[in-house]
Amino acid sequence: MAAILPASKTAPATGHGRLILIAVVTCVVLSLAGLLMPRWLSFLLIMSAANGLVSLGIVGLMRGGVVPFGQGMMLAAGGYAAALAYNHLGFTDALGMALIGGVAAALIASPFAPLLSRYRGIFFAMLTLALSMVTYGLLMKLSMLGGSDGFNVGRPTLFGQELADGRVVYTLYVLAIVLATTMALLARIFFDSTRGLVTLAVKENELRVEYLGGSVRQAMTINFILAAFCGGIGGALAVMALGHIEPNFSFWTTSGEFVFVAILAGWQSVAAVFIASTLLEVVRSFSSAYFPNTWQLVLGIFLLLVIRFLPGGIGSLWMGRKRK
Amino acid sequence: MSTLLEAHGVNKRFGAVVAAEDINIRIASGERVSLIGSNGAGKTTFVNMITGYLKPDTGCIALAGHDITPLAPRIITRLGVARSFQIPQLYGDLSVLDNMLVANACHDDKLSFWQPARRPEAIARAETLLERFRLGEHRDRRVAELPGGVRKLLDIAMAMTGRPKLLLLDEPTSGVSAEEKFPMMQTIMDALGHEDATTVLFVEHDMDIVERHASRVVAFYAGRIIADDVPSIALKADDVRRYVTGELLQE
Repeated sequence: MAAILPASKTAPATGHGRLILIAVVTCVVLSLAGLLMPRWLSFLLIMSAANGLVSLGIVGLMRGGVVPFGQGMMLAAGGYAAALAYNHLGFTDALGMALIGGVAAALIASPFAPLLSRYRGIFFAMLTLALSMVTYGLLMKLSMLGGSDGFNVGRPTLFGQELADGRVVYTLYVLAIVLATTMALLARIFFDSTRGLVTLAVKENELRVEYLGGSVRQAMTINFILAAFCGGIGGALAVMALGHIEPNFSFWTTSGEFVFVAILAGWQSVAAVFIASTLLEVVRSFSSAYFPNTWQLVLGIFLLLVIRFLPGGIGSLWMGRKRK
Repeated sequence: MSTLLEAHGVNKRFGAVVAAEDINIRIASGERVSLIGSNGAGKTTFVNMITGYLKPDTGCIALAGHDITPLAPRIITRLGVARSFQIPQLYGDLSVLDNMLVANACHDDKLSFWQPARRPEAIARAETLLERFRLGEHRDRRVAELPGGVRKLLDIAMAMTGRPKLLLLDEPTSGVSAEEKFPMMQTIMDALGHEDATTVLFVEHDMDIVERHASRVVAFYAGRIIADDVPSIALKADDVRRYVTGELLQE
């Protein structure tokens, strides 16, 4: 008997207690593990979480049958908003900056979301790519935002506490883990909700969704705004870790990496998104160290193997199913 | 009985083709109306205009006294008009139960970001309908693997999820073998029998099924209504025998 797509077996029968417990345990274990990690690894995982958040948004859109090629725009929106809040408003709290990043990206996405919800396939992908490249062009030209060089951002605080030299990476690491697990938990709950199921239905048969009384455009609009929120938090997190922001956040190759991670992860598991993001960072770090001129080749072969042998992505390994 | 659906002066053309010409019809609550006619007679066009998929060139369609002519299919569905399709419109990669849960979710007034789609009460509601349509044994099967007849039944079961006032069935037995047709239609009518409030319009080509299950027959030809009466009279009308059943032509 052929496999059935996951809504049936992954969605909880009742409540979310088990999911919350898994998220809390994951959060605590990874936070404790951070105490034993070298700083380079903590930093790598912060960037994995930041990029994974953007890809998580893409996975949410993929469940509705569209793939955006411009989520770098949301990364940039969140990153610039957090950085500007720090430099111009004196708002330095790391958690607050992350939320500012998410809200700013969602607000920026909101006017475009209803328009984009009309498009599918390559048209959706190209429109999102176009938006991100327009943003890139604007950021390059706007001297008040640092132009092509971008600008630096100082060290954040957390709940009013200054972060000492020895603690800053670990604190940001814990914040990244908390944000990533919280967003992953919320994404899982959303995917299993009635709205999440309608999104899956949109992917397969939009006409029937409308004839059952559901709104396809509303579903796609909401998904795009939620994806922007995820991307914005990721952008703010990346800015805090890097201490710098530049227009390249919105460049098309950056967006491409997020799509790469989303395809690598598949759309079934939220945990797979962060695992795939970490894999990308590890491959990128080690390949660029040992094969500086050919690391993209390694990455490409890796993706080809996944597409060939795991067409449902890494997540299909434990979700027990794969797409035909 | 009160009028549920009323079409007044409805016209629709596709270029030179007349799909509907001055359609005037009133359908009362609780009626079981069969729409008959040869291919291209305008039956499905009429169904598509009721559901909002097509808009009439002129005329209006009212549901329980409210003009639904300009409304989108989604809004019309929410007002109580559901339909099944000649080719079942299902979610092939999902299980039968999940298809029902999609229908259930779409009918929810307030879709939730938080409430699980597979909550017990939603599953129980879906299972009740599945049992009524004798689909219980297929609950966990992937829809793409189901035989045609079962898919047709599921298509109708999904349409019934929102307890519609008016159910439109577009050729519910087409593509089903002759032996399966009658039991299948009986299953459908038995299942619908639980919903006394549901008025049914079904497009059908098999006159035996029409005679057995319709309380009223509306015959179409070239976009016009050529007969509208109880089956025993409508099916014997000269125009129906000439243009729909072809009996007069054979004679």
